[in-house]
Amino acid sequence: MPTPETFYEVMRQHGITRRSFLKFCSLTAAGLGLGPEFAGKIAHALETKPRTPVIWLHGLECTCCTESFIRSGHPLAGDVILSMISLDYDDTLMAAAGHQAEELLEQTIEKYDGQYILACEGNPPLNEDGMYCIQAGKPYVEKLRHMADHCKAIIAWGSCASWGCVQAARPNPTRATPIHKVILDKPIVKVPGCPPIAEVMTGVLTYMIAFDELPELDRQGRPKMFYSQRLHDKCYRRPHFDAGQFVEKFDDEGARKGYCLYKVGCKGPTTYNACSTVEWNGGLSWPVKSGHGCLGCAEDNFWDKGSFYSAVTDFGVMGGVESTADKIGGVLAGAAAIGVAAHAAASVVSHMRRDKSEESRHD
Amino acid sequence: MQSAPISDAQATTPRKAVYVFEAPVRIWHWVHALSIVVLCATGYLIANPLPSIGGEASEHFMMGNLRLIHFIAGYVFAIGFAVRLYWGLVGNKYSRELLYLPVWRKAWWRDLWGEVLYYLFLRREAPPSVAHNPLAQAAMWCFNTLLGLFLIFTGFALYSEGLGLGSWADTWFGWVIPLMGGSQSVRMYHLFSMWLIIAFAIIHTYMAIRADIMGRQSSVSTIISGWRTYRD
Repeated sequence: MPTPETFYEVMRQHGITRRSFLKFCSLTAAGLGLGPEFAGKIAHALETKPRTPVIWLHGLECTCCTESFIRSGHPLAGDVILSMISLDYDDTLMAAAGHQAEELLEQTIEKYDGQYILACEGNPPLNEDGMYCIQAGKPYVEKLRHMADHCKAIIAWGSCASWGCVQAARPNPTRATPIHKVILDKPIVKVPGCPPIAEVMTGVLTYMIAFDELPELDRQGRPKMFYSQRLHDKCYRRPHFDAGQFVEKFDDEGARKGYCLYKVGCKGPTTYNACSTVEWNGGLSWPVKSGHGCLGCAEDNFWDKGSFYSAVTDFGVMGGVESTADKIGGVLAGAAAIGVAAHAAASVVSHMRRDKSEESRHD
Repeated sequence: MQSAPISDAQATTPRKAVYVFEAPVRIWHWVHALSIVVLCATGYLIANPLPSIGGEASEHFMMGNLRLIHFIAGYVFAIGFAVRLYWGLVGNKYSRELLYLPVWRKAWWRDLWGEVLYYLFLRREAPPSVAHNPLAQAAMWCFNTLLGLFLIFTGFALYSEGLGLGSWADTWFGWVIPLMGGSQSVRMYHLFSMWLIIAFAIIHTYMAIRADIMGRQSSVSTIISGWRTYRD
């Protein structure tokens, strides 16, 4: 069997009908927020462009990105994309193992030098020369650097690869480091979330292989099409926020009425992701819809940002002292007031004393 | 380090009144003060909302209004601040005192120390000054100019989140958010700065009133009329 030259050929080989293929193209166009005419463009690109291999590496991570990915709400998209990527290298999904699997990496470099996409799930730990994550007898960071040297672009899957996530939480004993701080010379697309939404992942990947370019990125390297708004901006409970109707406790009347979860710590107002529009599990639900606040898992360093259950959170800058802005600030303002009162009292006393001494001098 | 205390004769020499605070400075002062009061009240309630109101969401707009007032007051604060900086360049020499600290002048440090001693009751009279004494100028520079800038930058960065990517606020101030480690962190620093400015306002008001009662110069009336008068 000849090596397939285009994605379309790969899909057909995997038994996907042309009808399903076209459905997938229109679905992806809609998911990316592109107009209907883009369905045809995506189809055309996948039919004609040479196939871009995708190498999927795993560093320090929990595989929740992969778990999310393979549970794409639209099985069609999942199947299609899986058939696209499982072809090359993904140590969770591929059939090959051991030396055979590792050999595939070198083969890809040989055949597609500078042309493949490197999808990174998890991050490399740098302490102890990277010994906290060993793959095929070598530190993961070496494998990452080696593969990054020959790739075209990098996708940083999830909060681990994008920001560091839980393994990089204070005090970060293994010095787990996000991809963009290790690989400095390649374009990187961050797709944060713990995990990212499946449709967001397939959307970003399809965009990159269909159009052969990076999606438009924001200041922090996230695709604008999915990360340009806060959950809060599109939250269906937003009217309750604007009205001033809040859940005060998880079992109160407000919770039953579906009021805003801001006061019980929802981080929707500070979290950039597509949960409130795309939702999870094929649009079934998402945290706020199920009655729990957003944890802010797509945000940088969200583990060290203080309580998940309070709107005013820990500062996290005072060397590990857990105290909120309101507590420290309140104490400072209170101290200022007390200091002022004490100084005023002392001023009166000193003034009276001076008057006395002046009087006695006059006498 | 301690400077020679000013002799009684020198301290009690009658001086003419000086026109210190020009009209734009005085107007700015009171507009700024009012905007700070409104910003603190609404800002605190945005971080710590009032108990919920019942009924349909469509009947109320509590948080919406609080945020609207906060944003309007924020504009007043920022525009006033910009006008004040401009006046610092074109106004009289006293109006420039908010823009810089004359750390290269030995006399400034000497009088700063003198002021500290005065407020610690270790010295009977404060060193003479016309507009801001060195201690007041240092406080103004830190808590008014620097903190004000910090509040404006963090404030408009947060405001840009509502206006959206590519908005003018995002273009000018959006970079603050990743720099400070994310949206939630910017919020908390912004909130903490509110408490710093409250602490400053308490001390500032106290010092002004105290100077009026105990000092040799007018203080509160100066920021109303612009004239610094001398008692002796």
